[in-house]
Amino acid sequence: MGEAKGSKAGHGTFIENGKIYSERLGILNKREEYINVIPLKGRYDPIEGDFVIGIVEEASASSWLVDINAPYPALLHVNEVSWDVEFGETEKFLKHGDSIMAKILQVDVAKKIQITLKDRNLYKIRGGHIIYVEPSKVPRIIGKKGSMIALLKKYTRCRIFVGQNGRIWIDGDEEGIEKVLQTIKIIEDESLSFGLTNRIEELLKKDAKDVR
Amino acid sequence: MKPKSDIKLIDEHGKRLDGRKLHDLRKIKIEAGVLHRAEGSCYLEWGGNKVLAAVYGPREAVPKHTQNPLRAIVNARYNMAAFSVEDRKRPGPDRRSREISKVISEALEKVILTDKFPRASIDVNIEVLDAEAGTRCAGLTAAGVALADAGIPLKDIPVACAAGKIEGHVVLDLGKEEDNFGDADLPVAISPRTDEILLMQMDGHLTLKEFDEALDLAIKGCHVVSDIQKKAIMSKYESVLEAE
Repeated sequence: MGEAKGSKAGHGTFIENGKIYSERLGILNKREEYINVIPLKGRYDPIEGDFVIGIVEEASASSWLVDINAPYPALLHVNEVSWDVEFGETEKFLKHGDSIMAKILQVDVAKKIQITLKDRNLYKIRGGHIIYVEPSKVPRIIGKKGSMIALLKKYTRCRIFVGQNGRIWIDGDEEGIEKVLQTIKIIEDESLSFGLTNRIEELLKKDAKDVR
Repeated sequence: MKPKSDIKLIDEHGKRLDGRKLHDLRKIKIEAGVLHRAEGSCYLEWGGNKVLAAVYGPREAVPKHTQNPLRAIVNARYNMAAFSVEDRKRPGPDRRSREISKVISEALEKVILTDKFPRASIDVNIEVLDAEAGTRCAGLTAAGVALADAGIPLKDIPVACAAGKIEGHVVLDLGKEEDNFGDADLPVAISPRTDEILLMQMDGHLTLKEFDEALDLAIKGCHVVSDIQKKAIMSKYESVLEAE
């Protein structure tokens, strides 16, 4: 828990007696006059507009409860899906254990979360693998403007969807999936080193040659 | 009161039974992140005490009526293993462990930014594997490290240490015989950044002057332990920080 003076307090910090303190274990990050702390660990904190992967926990008459790895389950109302669902027939569409890609519609003050499936490319997941990484590492897996994820897709020919909540869905042939898993492990381990995207590209390129 | 014994707790050179001086701590070893199921965890050895702490959450509090719509609740559970003491300890919560669970919960509640997680609960399990006086301090210190390891927003990492009186001398960190045959025991938990007191209990009798002396001594001890805590957390994340 570091200490800092001056500047403005950003994410992950609090002010006491005119000093800025870090509220959790993380890495100091200065951006303009703000001081932020990038957490190393911790639960996913839902933000409106995030794309996430959820697992259905419960189906009720007109909604589903979905686990999105946040401290609270998220509510998916029938009005927020693209199917025509009769009252009480929610189970026909999504049952306990089904996985979905969703967008966070709303988070209110009481941290009640609502999610939606009404956006581009959001649907129920069929097939493929879901793996889990620390939510704080997700930005590195996506890369700057999606550069890292684009690389992965290009060299492994897998379909990949990265949820902000740390769940990643991968679908493709076995070899491709294996390679994605290995690469993600490397990204996770070296998530803070410099020029990672370039190194990963080289690695993938080399492997790609071996295959052909 | 306590049974008198003919053991001499302090010898003529001012040394205690285990060779420590009056103001010395026992040996402390802390390791963070030892359990993979828990969000955060810590294993701590403090003299003969061996304590394991695990943090789960924040997660939705169950049963629902225990939820607080404005902040998270903190559930600490202190438990002693049946094999942790000389005689077998009857397993399960008893009057003593329930009291310790309550005071530790309240101490931790003061440092956790609970308003960030309305309706949630943060569960802290403290398991005493081996006991040798001062387990509540060891447990709370371990819980502090486990909370930081779990990435839970904290105002400070809480730390605890005891002081006491044996044979008329105010001493730091009582050992087993000193606790059993000494005159007083004063466990104190603080938030080391501000020196705010999070927990203070007393067993036995101290004069006002002795009390002040013991409190100062305990707070000093807390700061020493706090440094060990921070080192343990840093060493776990060293590789990550070096890469930065």
